[in-house]
Amino acid sequence: MRYSYQRRTCAIARAKMFPKGTKRKFSDSREEPVAGGEDVNQSSLAAVRMLSSYSLQRQSLLDMSLIKLQLCHMLVEPNLCRSVLIANTVRQIQEEMTQDGTWQIMTQALSAANAAAQCSADRLVATEVLCRQTEAAQGEQVPKPFPVVGSEGCPAEEVLEEEEEAAAAEVGMTMSTVSPQAPTSYLPGTFGMDPCWEEEETGEDDDDDDEEEEEDSEECGSGSEGEERERDSLVEDTRTAEQVFGTFEIKNPAPSPDPALEELFSDVDASYYDLDTVLTGMQSVPKMGPYDLLESLSSHGPSPLSSSTSCRSDLNELDHIMEIIVGS
Amino acid sequence: MAGVAGGNDFQWCFSQVKGAIDEDVAEADIISTVEFNHSGEFLATGDKGGRVVIFQHEQECKNRPHLRGEYNVYSTFQSHEPEFDYLKSLEIEEKINKIRWLPQQNSAHFLLSTNDKTIKLWKISERDKRAEGYNLKDEDGRLRDPFRITSLRVPVLMPMDLMVEASPRRVFANAHTYHINSISVNSDHQTYLSADDLRINLWHLEITDRSFNIVDIKPANMEELTEVITAAECQPNQCNVFVYSSSKGTIRLCDMRAAALCDRHTKFFEEPEDPSSRSFFSEIISSISDVKFSHSGRYMMTRDYLSVKVWDLNMENRPVETYQVHEYLRSKLCSLYENDCIFDKFECCWNGSDSAIMTGSYNNFFRMFDRNTRKDITLEASRESSKPRGTLKPRKVSTGGKRKKDEISVDSLDFNKKILHTAWHPKENVIAVAATNNLYIFQDKIN
Repeated sequence: MRYSYQRRTCAIARAKMFPKGTKRKFSDSREEPVAGGEDVNQSSLAAVRMLSSYSLQRQSLLDMSLIKLQLCHMLVEPNLCRSVLIANTVRQIQEEMTQDGTWQIMTQALSAANAAAQCSADRLVATEVLCRQTEAAQGEQVPKPFPVVGSEGCPAEEVLEEEEEAAAAEVGMTMSTVSPQAPTSYLPGTFGMDPCWEEEETGEDDDDDDEEEEEDSEECGSGSEGEERERDSLVEDTRTAEQVFGTFEIKNPAPSPDPALEELFSDVDASYYDLDTVLTGMQSVPKMGPYDLLESLSSHGPSPLSSSTSCRSDLNELDHIMEIIVGS
Repeated sequence: MAGVAGGNDFQWCFSQVKGAIDEDVAEADIISTVEFNHSGEFLATGDKGGRVVIFQHEQECKNRPHLRGEYNVYSTFQSHEPEFDYLKSLEIEEKINKIRWLPQQNSAHFLLSTNDKTIKLWKISERDKRAEGYNLKDEDGRLRDPFRITSLRVPVLMPMDLMVEASPRRVFANAHTYHINSISVNSDHQTYLSADDLRINLWHLEITDRSFNIVDIKPANMEELTEVITAAECQPNQCNVFVYSSSKGTIRLCDMRAAALCDRHTKFFEEPEDPSSRSFFSEIISSISDVKFSHSGRYMMTRDYLSVKVWDLNMENRPVETYQVHEYLRSKLCSLYENDCIFDKFECCWNGSDSAIMTGSYNNFFRMFDRNTRKDITLEASRESSKPRGTLKPRKVSTGGKRKKDEISVDSLDFNKKILHTAWHPKENVIAVAATNNLYIFQDKIN
């Protein structure tokens, strides 16, 4: 289901895609079309405003979804249904952004950022400092957008004044200043929205095979049919790198719940979205911001309007690389 | 059966509430499933702590016939314990996901209870007699020296205080890689199905080391996974038919006579999407959280995030009835996505005559819909609005700008107070509503 850019422009005026009355993430005032609209310039400016607002909202949703996918329960298996639904949402957004061309801009910006990457400690500091600065800069006018790497650095005023593409570029440029971490620790496979749902060790193929086969034999036989299919998928699974939905974080010793992480789950408040908290909470896990997913994608430079299928093949390569890196 | 919405026939009134009054709710006490047995005499609840509590309907008092009997605790037992999966380094929750009663065949009662991974068959039996006068052992139970026995006697059964025993008769384990979301007893009373996110297994109640896999939607490449199984149920009259629902809002009906592996459905139920209301949340809110056959077996009901739909099994392309549960939440979907409430799995249930349906909502509200009169009512399960045998006052959520008196605005709703589990007595107008750690029982006022 695809919305063309042109259709979007028309649809904005009538369809309320995003809810009113939602908390701070979305600006209600910007959703309303300009009254009257007789002046052509005014109405086109309003259209631009709404477009930018829409892209900002869409970006927020994307950020939120990525965070959700990453912050899985430490101790219990994550809810597969929920993960699938979130991943499908992200895929949907990705498809739409690919259609609009914003996807390409974002990934290019990230790859530029990656090229200028420094060591991880510096990066962390830079991100932290940037967060604080941009929060101050935004003041009261803008409802705080999702303060993940990138979008928060994009003051609303600037967004409103530019075309959508330029706005997206702004977002991209801001992200470049954040310089996210190198793709040393993450699962590229996830962002092509091909999540791997199994929880398995990478680089320990033998163990996985044993584990799966054990499960298999215990999994009471129906026909041999079922078993064979299980075995076939086994091979695929063991080859795949770790995943967002998986429990890679559990592989790192974390026997007791991280109090910072517990706090993240206990309630949704402002601190939840502090990048600091996110990073702190995930200290025991491979450090990874949501946009590192994008960056790993960009490092293989998929063509902007490529279909998801070709993205997947690129990402399979990334999977392979990831496996090697994580294994070491 | 009379209409649900007040009217002239009956009114819902508070009967009992079970559970602690404490503000601080212990996680383990949160009720996770509620189920009446086939006669309605027993009501079972499961909680997050892995315990099952069974209530029994007391005999009605002869001298006060206008009062229905109350439900009192009959048996409590620990069904599941927390486990640890060493291979995956993950905890397996002891939370009881579902309880299903078996039809009664003798004086004992049997039920199936399941957590994420293991299903157990429990036998609940009464003991009110004790044998006395054994020959080979004395009253303490110690064995007597055979050489000391000089005479034989016949043991006599003596009455004793009623004791209810719950014993696990079968444990059906190691058959599910993913989390079990449903169990359903077949009409043949010999088999049952269990469904997890990607597979459905068919078991024989007597056999624990083997099950048949009848549905498998796991893709060869897990990266291609976009849809999971959310619920499954056996058709109440035909032991070869079952349905399962998915996270994409579809229901598939399968006939086990067609093939050993029922990956190809016999019927496919899906309502075409309304393109004008499409949003990024469309798929999530279309995900079906519960599917229930009517007692007649002719209809089935599905619950998605905002509505309940009744389907005629003979018509696949759209439901015959759609009821909006809390349409006012449609404009709040982003917030509900943010706080994860959009993933809440509400259940739904039929009344005994299939003339009414009930489902839960937020703020401890629950909704009932009368299929004949098309009336609906919103009631609240809370201590404040529950006076002994007091009639429940209908509640209303104000959607417009002006809030009338007694109405509650959407922004004031407490999304932590969710009614996910409700049950309707199979024969009478008695309902059980689980509100976090409290179980409310409401019944109609007999005129």
